[in-house]
Amino acid sequence: MVGSLLLRGMLVGVIAGLLAFGFARVFGEPQIDRAIAFEELMTKATTSAPVAAHTHDATAAAGGMHTHDNAPEAELVSRDTQAGLGLLTGVVVYGAAIGGLFALVFALAYGRIGQLGARATAALLALGAYVAIVLVPNIKYPANPPSVGSPDTIGSRTGLFFLMIVVAVAALILAVALARRLGARLGTWNAAIVAGVTFAVFIAIVQYSLPSVDEVPDRFSAVVLWRFRVASLGMHTVLWTTIGLLFGALTERGLTARFGQPIVAHPLAR
Amino acid sequence: MSDTVLAPAVRPIPIPVGDLLPWAVFGGLLFLVAIYFVGTEQGATSLIPGMYVHEFLHDGRHLLGFPCH
Repeated sequence: MVGSLLLRGMLVGVIAGLLAFGFARVFGEPQIDRAIAFEELMTKATTSAPVAAHTHDATAAAGGMHTHDNAPEAELVSRDTQAGLGLLTGVVVYGAAIGGLFALVFALAYGRIGQLGARATAALLALGAYVAIVLVPNIKYPANPPSVGSPDTIGSRTGLFFLMIVVAVAALILAVALARRLGARLGTWNAAIVAGVTFAVFIAIVQYSLPSVDEVPDRFSAVVLWRFRVASLGMHTVLWTTIGLLFGALTERGLTARFGQPIVAHPLAR
Repeated sequence: MSDTVLAPAVRPIPIPVGDLLPWAVFGGLLFLVAIYFVGTEQGATSLIPGMYVHEFLHDGRHLLGFPCH
């Protein structure tokens, strides 16, 4: 049973990844192209300062090279591959892994969060995971397009990014536990409010205490940065919405048949 | 439809943790390795020499929000 749930989770994750890829192609890639054009402009400006102002078109048209330092080298992977097969692979593998993990957590949560059925459990779980894995970390350490972020700080930025995810997931689990504990005394609705506020205050304190990252180069377009970050958020929203709703829909019947006990309130009253 | 979601006629029975554990260990490891490769291999840390993995997954990393470089 768990094996088939796992397989279904991965399958749903692949479908979610394909949809997220489509979203990323349309809304994300144009911003990456603009960011890379800016990066090349900056590289040109530092290597050959006098002609920098006149190379806009040539740089944008060439568009292919993406180098990390000033020395241009033979490109390892073409821009077309990065934006096509590379992006597809990354997002679909990520989707499958997230879908699989989701299925495992679902298998644990099902029947243990009140009396919620398969679809409600899946939707609620996806919403919680989206808040803890996407929304909260993104508020503190948002996604960055190429040319934003110094290569020297990649280690600390990666560490802080994952730390923020781990803290948010742990805080959410504790908040759910708190809500369940308070539920008997305060009622479900009030208990959820208390736990939710506790979660928000805790996250605010953590985010206030953790170091900020401010590595946006001077003159980098604020509009491109904003659009890139919204595209990243949108992509995750597509991914998690698909996983939460599709997994529940596909799981409901099979799971209820094997792990469901029909509620017959008054069999004689009918 | 919404009736069956919000007030199900069937009481969910938890799946025993014993059934879950082997899958959780197996799947958990597999998926974390997959996310590591998509997100950080040849970025913050590197198991395979070179930059091919980094460059191939470049756009996905940026858009998924992983610190890329």
